[in-house]
Amino acid sequence: MKALMFGWEFPPHILGGLGTASYGLTQGMWQCGDMDITFVIPKPWGDEDRHFAHIIGASQVPVAWRDVSRDYVEQRIGNLMDPDLYFRLRDHIYADFNYMRTNDLGCIEFSGRYPDNLLEEINNYSIMAGVVARTLDFDIIHSHDWLTYPAGIHAKQVTGKPLVIHVHATDFDRSRGNVNPTVFNIELDGMHQADHIITVSDLTRRTVIEKYGIDPAKVTTVHNAVTPLSPELLNVEVTRPKEKTVTFLGRITMQKGPEYFVEAAAKVLRLCHNVRFVMAGSGDMMEKMINLAAERGISDRFHFPGFQKGKQVYEMLKASDVYIMPSVSEPFGISPLEAMQMGVPSIISKQSGCAEILTNVIKTDYWDIDAMADAIYSIITYPSMHASLKEEGLKEVNQITWDKAGQKVIDIYNQVLNRK
Amino acid sequence: MKAINFCFQIHQPFRLKRYRFFDIGNDHYYYDDFADDDILTRIAERSYIPAAETLLRMINDTKGRFRCAIAISGDALEQCEQYVPQFIDLLKKLADTGKVEFLGMPYPNSLASLADADEFALQVKVHSDKINELFGQRPKVMRNTELIYSDEMAPEFVELGFKGAITDGAKHILGWKSPNYVYSAASAPKLKLLLNNLKLTEDITRRFSDGNWESYPLTADKYMDWIASTPQEEQIINLCMNLETFGELQPRETGIFQFLEALPRFAAERGIEFWTPSEAISKLKAVDTLSVVHPISATDESHDVSAWLGNRLQKEAFEKLYSVAERVRLCDDRRLKSDYWYLQSSDHFYYMSTKGQADGAAHSNFSPYETPYMAFTNYMNVLSDFIVRVEEQYPMSIENEELNSLLTTIRNQATEIETLTKETASLRRSIEQFNIEHNLRTANKATAEAAQPELVEEVKATEVKPKKAPAKKKASAKKSGK
Repeated sequence: MKALMFGWEFPPHILGGLGTASYGLTQGMWQCGDMDITFVIPKPWGDEDRHFAHIIGASQVPVAWRDVSRDYVEQRIGNLMDPDLYFRLRDHIYADFNYMRTNDLGCIEFSGRYPDNLLEEINNYSIMAGVVARTLDFDIIHSHDWLTYPAGIHAKQVTGKPLVIHVHATDFDRSRGNVNPTVFNIELDGMHQADHIITVSDLTRRTVIEKYGIDPAKVTTVHNAVTPLSPELLNVEVTRPKEKTVTFLGRITMQKGPEYFVEAAAKVLRLCHNVRFVMAGSGDMMEKMINLAAERGISDRFHFPGFQKGKQVYEMLKASDVYIMPSVSEPFGISPLEAMQMGVPSIISKQSGCAEILTNVIKTDYWDIDAMADAIYSIITYPSMHASLKEEGLKEVNQITWDKAGQKVIDIYNQVLNRK
Repeated sequence: MKAINFCFQIHQPFRLKRYRFFDIGNDHYYYDDFADDDILTRIAERSYIPAAETLLRMINDTKGRFRCAIAISGDALEQCEQYVPQFIDLLKKLADTGKVEFLGMPYPNSLASLADADEFALQVKVHSDKINELFGQRPKVMRNTELIYSDEMAPEFVELGFKGAITDGAKHILGWKSPNYVYSAASAPKLKLLLNNLKLTEDITRRFSDGNWESYPLTADKYMDWIASTPQEEQIINLCMNLETFGELQPRETGIFQFLEALPRFAAERGIEFWTPSEAISKLKAVDTLSVVHPISATDESHDVSAWLGNRLQKEAFEKLYSVAERVRLCDDRRLKSDYWYLQSSDHFYYMSTKGQADGAAHSNFSPYETPYMAFTNYMNVLSDFIVRVEEQYPMSIENEELNSLLTTIRNQATEIETLTKETASLRRSIEQFNIEHNLRTANKATAEAAQPELVEEVKATEVKPKKAPAKKKASAKKSGK
């Protein structure tokens, strides 16, 4: 079966969980065999892992005809795209997009991030999708997250192939209810046009059904999984601090509930001095959190090391005794699973999608700072609590593999294709 | 001749309230009275009371041919006294028929038998006293918490005055043997063992209302047929179950009470009798000895103690709990002592079980906690506070042995002081007498000569401990000087 996937992020250059999940799922589907996947991303860097999927960079897809030689293409983008494919794509340009800002190869340059002109970039991405859809042969279209829904819809309109959209998050999660109407409409349009909707948790599934009014029969949950960590990451060397460390890793935004972590930390520190708290990440609430920590008088024990990437994340986890994710609304939340892989006991909010599939973690309501503080205290004080969560958690998380999720997605594909 | 030995167990723990770590050292009240009241009142109404009434009717209707045994924990008794005293009255009525035997057990339905023999002995004694006080009989047969038993415990049971014990007919212990005989303990041949017939017990407790079961619906007639069809020489069928099987696990509408009530009639038709455990033990001889090296119990598929001590959470809590056993026994603080026992209920450990799938499901059904981790955290917070209180009385920096010797010294000093005061008193009296006599003597100085015989008398008074006499005199001299 051939699938055309539209995504926004792809490891190793990722900004959030979306890239990790897209990558894991694609690889998991490939493991199930008999899958030929083409994955379109805005801007490849050339160091992506390509052995299980064909990666096409939107920045290398021509939308305006340019008379260029094969050698020139080879030299310009040879490391990112096979020149043959470039010419095939060029043969399928369907309208004159010269009025748009295109480069010497007739391609639109994408940032691959979340710039201020995000809506324009989304629109450009969908224009580009028209070319790709006309060129390639595939059975089904799969769009990851709202940024790529317009592209998916376009591809569906051009080819008549069924569209599956994968909801990694909704604007209700991101905004705590204050949805951006433009984003909401893009999401809603995608959901209506889709032949099937995959959500990453039952929590998200409920949001899709209740807030967007979608027929429940059309929405299926496929929980995310984790890719096994390399031994290199598992065994990163860190000097463990003398004191116990409780870590928060993620964007410091409203959605992640950072203030509840600060409050819980203040409660723990009132009685227990041998512990430090770390809030690693950046975001629009960072300053507010620094102020809050100061207000509670715990700044000497509450640290903000900033955004962590790559190996740093695992070093930070390795040095931690507790991982905490007090998200107010988390469609899935892959980071606690990574913490568990590193052998760090995790505390997560019940409002996180991953709470639906995890047993050997502590689950509390995001607002219940008493329960959260109690759980932190328990893990750092009672040795068997730490050991038990660590060991059982490791066993559990190793069972959550992408091939199982991949198989579910393939089953959904078959179901959609057979219905047609 | 065949007989059925029915044992009904009643236990309710003192459930812990939500106790956060910042309560440690501040809040010394641990219990969720509302939940206890709520649960006990509900179970009593739906199960305990109608079940006890049914049993009473059965005894009266059969003119005492129906008999049974009841094991009720101290915690359950205390709660019943507080919330449903009418149930205690019913139990007293049952006791008054003389056909109900009350069984021995550790007071708080604890796991003390696995941890601390002294603690266990104390709990059993206090429980026996309580049963005696309420129901006018002293238990003679031991039914340890959840039928826990091992070779190591048998001599302890005997020492505590028990003639028999009821335990589980675990397959891995019995092998080809049948549970329907009386056995004797390998480690204490005096102790007779009665073994629960698992299959026939679970037919009632688990399968009675299961529509998918091939023998559904179970009638008293059919059930007695099964018992009657066991081999001729198997004489005793032990059926141990929670009393809440009737009305709670198997709700009233399943017809469980009618089933129970109909049993004596169909038993009589087949010549099957009902015996109490003591009767079974005195009437039947042990056919063989039974050795149980590792503790067995009636709980979970594995029939061992892993339901309470299966994971490291449980083990840590268990070790911490019993690490202070000796200290708590030494102290006189009644509240500390009762808290200690309430914290020992096996239920607290059961809630921490992480056993998976089939077994684990049963665990979570009975747990007030969402997860074993929460159960553990809450319990450990409470225990931490409790240990702080124990430490206030006896600092942990002092070793148990040292503490013991210190306490012995104090006690010895107390007795020494007592004897010394007694001696002082007697010496003072003799001095007074001496003075009186001396006065008399001076008064009669004219007649003189009588000094000698009085001195002899004085010697007689101190004759008991002649060697110490001089020291005492000094002491008494000092005291009288004040």
